Amino acid sequence: MDKQELAVRFTDLMARFTSYFGKHMPDDVMKALTELRAQQNTELAKIVYDSMFENLAAAEKDNVPSCQDTGVIQYFVECGSRFPLIGELRECLTQATIRASKEAPLRHNAVEIFIEKNSGNNTGVRIPYIDWEIIPDSDECTIYGYMAGGGCSLPGAAKVLMPVEGYEGIVRFVFDVICERGINACPPLLVGIGIAGSCEVASMLSKRALMRPIGSSNSNPIGAEFEKIMADGLDRINIGPGGLGGVKTVMGVNVEQAARHPSCLAVGVSTGCWAHRRAGIRVHADMSYELFTHKGVTL
Amino acid sequence: MSKKILTTPIQDKDLEDIRIGDIIYLNGFLCTARDCAHTRLVKQGRKLPVDLKQRAIFHAGPIMVPCGNESGSGYKVVSIGPTTSMRMEKFEKEFIEQTGVKLIIGKGGMGPNTVEGCMKHKAIHCVFPGGCAVLAAHCVEEVEDVQWPDLGMPESLWVMRVKEFGPLIVSIDTHGGNLFEQNKKVFNKAKEPIVEEVVAKTEYID
Repeated sequence: MDKQELAVRFTDLMARFTSYFGKHMPDDVMKALTELRAQQNTELAKIVYDSMFENLAAAEKDNVPSCQDTGVIQYFVECGSRFPLIGELRECLTQATIRASKEAPLRHNAVEIFIEKNSGNNTGVRIPYIDWEIIPDSDECTIYGYMAGGGCSLPGAAKVLMPVEGYEGIVRFVFDVICERGINACPPLLVGIGIAGSCEVASMLSKRALMRPIGSSNSNPIGAEFEKIMADGLDRINIGPGGLGGVKTVMGVNVEQAARHPSCLAVGVSTGCWAHRRAGIRVHADMSYELFTHKGVTL
Repeated sequence: MSKKILTTPIQDKDLEDIRIGDIIYLNGFLCTARDCAHTRLVKQGRKLPVDLKQRAIFHAGPIMVPCGNESGSGYKVVSIGPTTSMRMEKFEKEFIEQTGVKLIIGKGGMGPNTVEGCMKHKAIHCVFPGGCAVLAAHCVEEVEDVQWPDLGMPESLWVMRVKEFGPLIVSIDTHGGNLFEQNKKVFNKAKEPIVEEVVAKTEYID
C-alpha cells in the first residue's frame, strides 16, 4: 500500500472512530456507572441514574451523540517513531474531525479566539488538539480520542503551591474545586489530578490522567494509595448524580505526575463528566486496529 | 402520583405551590437561550427576536440537522441536553425582568442574582438531568423557528414545541429556595472533617 492509500484508510478509520465514541460509552465507564446506580438509596438519585441509562440506550438506538455537547475534539497520541503516517497524522485527524462532524453529527464547537466566530466544522487554530508522545522504535500508533463538554471543562484549574504547603495544599485545592464547581460538571466524575513542578505540566497531566481506565492505578505505589484515599474522601461527601445528592461522588480519581522543581509544587485538576466519552484505539502499520476501550467493537 | 405538568403560557399562580426538589414537566413553548442571547439582551441592549413572556427558556446548545419542509425552521433536533446554568448567573435577573420568562431550564445550580429575579418576578429554575440529550430531544415535537443564526449552532435561539419535557427538578422556586446552595452547604460541612483525615494520611514530604 502506498502512503496516500494508507492515509485515506487511516483518515476513514479515524472519522468512524470519532463518530463512534460520541455515541457509546467505554466499557470502564459503563461498569462504574452500573455499580454506582445500584448503590443509590434516594428517589431523586434513582430518577437521575434511570434518566442517564435511558438516555444511553436511546443514543444507541437512534445512533446519535448521547450528549449534545460533543466537545472540542482532543486526540492524545502515542505515536511510534516508525508509524508510516507520523508526518501526515495532523492532517488526517483534522480531516477525520471534519467528516465526523457531518456524519455523526457533532455539534460545532470550535470558536476562533479574537475573531470569535464558530468555524462550523470543529477545526480551528491548533484544533483538533493533539497531544504528542513519540514511542521509540515502534510502528504502531495508539490514539485516545476525548470529547470533553463545556460543563466538565469549566471546573478545570491549576495552581503552583509553595512546597511548605505540602500535599495538604493539593488535597485542599482538589476538594475545593470539586465541591464548588465539580457539582455542576455532571457528576459522578472521573477526577484527573496532575502533580508536577509547573502549572502547564500539572494541567496536561491532569487531562492525560483521564485517558487512563477507571480502576487502574498510578505507577507509583504511594501514588496508587493517594488515588484511593482521595476517591474515598470525595465519595464520602456524597455529591451524587448531577450534584443533587446521592451515594458517592466519583467514578474514580486518576493521578499522573512529573518530577518537580525543589521550589514548586504544582497541581492541576481536570474533571470528566459521567458521560466520559473517551476511546482508545491501537492502529498498526497496515491499518489493522483494536478499539481496546470498547471490547468486541468493529468500526 | 400524577405528573405535574406546566403548560405555556405559564401564570404566576401555576408556580406558587412549586418548591425546590419537586419534579415537573413542560408542555408548549421552549426556546434555547444561553451565553450570547443573555449578553446581547442584557449587556448590549439588543432586542430579543423571540417573545418569551410567560414562556420557558432552555440553557442549551443543541445538535440540529436540516430537514427541509418537515419543520417550520427547516431543522430537526438530534441531541439537546442542558448546559451549565451558572454561566448565565451574571445576567439572569435582568433577563427575567426584561423578557417576562417564567421557567428557566438548565443544569447545575444558579446563584443569588437568579434567586432574587425569581422571587421578584415569579419565575423558577429547573434542571434537566445533565448529559441526557437524547431523552430531551425525544420530548421535542417540532423546531418551529431559529433566530440569530449568525451565532452558530450552539448559540442560536431555537424555538421549539415540546411535550412532557422533563424530568425537571426544581432548583430555585418563587419563595427564595435554592436547592444547589442548600446542597453545597451540606457538602461543605461534610467536606471539612474528611479533608482533615485525608491530609493526615497524605503527608508525603518528610
